[in-house]
Amino acid sequence: MKMLSHYVLSIILLCFAAASLASDLLMVRSQQSFPEAMLTLQTSISEHGYEITRVQRIDIGLTGMGYKTDKYRIVFVGKPKEIQYLVDKYPAMAAYMPPQISIFAEHGETVLITANPMIYAEMVDNEKDKVLFRRWESDVYSVFDDIRDAED
Amino acid sequence: MKIFIFLLVALLSMSVNSAPHGDELYARHCSSCHGVEGKGGVGVPLALPSFLNSVSDEYLKKTIRYGRPGRIMPAFEMLSDAQLNAIAKHLRSWSGKPGLVEDTTVVIGDSKNGKQLFARFCAQCHGEEGRGGKGTGVTFSRKRDLPIIAPALNNTGFLASASDTMIRDTIIFGREGTPMTSMLVAGLSEEDINDIVSYIRSMEKTAAEFEQASNEIDDEPMVIIMDSPYGLEETVENLKQAITDQNFTLIRTEYLEHGLVAEGRENKKQVVLHFCNFGFLFEALAIDPRVGMFLPCRVTVIEKNGKVQLSTINPKRLSKLFNNRELDDSCQQMYEVYKTLLEDATL
Repeated sequence: MKMLSHYVLSIILLCFAAASLASDLLMVRSQQSFPEAMLTLQTSISEHGYEITRVQRIDIGLTGMGYKTDKYRIVFVGKPKEIQYLVDKYPAMAAYMPPQISIFAEHGETVLITANPMIYAEMVDNEKDKVLFRRWESDVYSVFDDIRDAED
Repeated sequence: MKIFIFLLVALLSMSVNSAPHGDELYARHCSSCHGVEGKGGVGVPLALPSFLNSVSDEYLKKTIRYGRPGRIMPAFEMLSDAQLNAIAKHLRSWSGKPGLVEDTTVVIGDSKNGKQLFARFCAQCHGEEGRGGKGTGVTFSRKRDLPIIAPALNNTGFLASASDTMIRDTIIFGREGTPMTSMLVAGLSEEDINDIVSYIRSMEKTAAEFEQASNEIDDEPMVIIMDSPYGLEETVENLKQAITDQNFTLIRTEYLEHGLVAEGRENKKQVVLHFCNFGFLFEALAIDPRVGMFLPCRVTVIEKNGKVQLSTINPKRLSKLFNNRELDDSCQQMYEVYKTLLEDATL
């Protein structure tokens, strides 16, 4: 029994070590063109149970002002009940809610970036609430895997 | 119980001992910046034959391990030596040739003369103090046919990775397919080039001091918060005026729950104002196209228990996420703007 608890402890420590080494920025490149990658993102987000609350066009404002740029969007993503719960309990978190994923064209490919949701954990004081961000992080990895694996 | 323990150990052993796959590691950790086939993007093109044929595997592995502090490329401290070997092997598969054997011979030269030569021949691209060219990525910063932005030489990550010989050979032969031309052809002698190498090597101390100073910035909170003495509506109106006064364009005002719940059922006590200064936005994206994820600018106004509070992201805290020192000034500037807006709205 003692041995078992040692192994369980080792696994937990390994998990925490892996998590602590994760990057603050999560990025993925899709070989799909921008419209296709956007569609893959929307589909994957939906399959993971999240909702897209808004898609903000950045490029149109820039080109409208005379700047030369490529396709660039910000996608706001969240689960209504979770966002409401967090903002109600930690109003300061509203500044980051709903979380955003930026998606932009680079040559014929597409790059997606988001902040690792674990960075929000320092704004909450409850270990139980921090688990939420761990799950969001895991879901971002999974969505980005879908993007990476998507066919051209 | 014994079977359970055995399975656990077997499971752990499998993950620890299985040989790493360079292509998979590259796809997960590198391709988002350097491109799936190493053609570059946010990061430099790694598949250039002139690059791969002129660097050793040691240089590649040290670059991955140490990164480039303040120059976007993160340090992959979490990867094992075996994983670094696998990634280097994957990079080599693009050229089909083995890397150079690392030559650690110390190049002796006159760094004083090297400094003068550097100012004349190198600083135009690499920056006056060797801190590298400006901007990153092809989306905003550079022409599509320009494959690379001049790297920072005055950088602990670069200096720890590159041997004197590698630096010297790069200066002598240049890098075909990039703006880096042969300095021998440009008229420098081998002795001159040794002097420049000696000067670049002498940057180790200043690079370390510079990076230490950047790391000493106090830990910033995630948000800037201010209480308002006014009611919600009045605070929102004050904020709109402040946004205009600061030469920003108000894009829209909406409830925080917009899109999260059915229209008309949003919490009316949680309001978000989105705004932008397109000139500033373009400058920021040219420095680093990744910053868009915290754009457009926004301030949230929330009324709870009769108290009205404004909050926004703290750009100074977020600048640390990007490992891009060039962004620090813009983030400082944006921090001041946000603070002024919040102060003006609550005066």
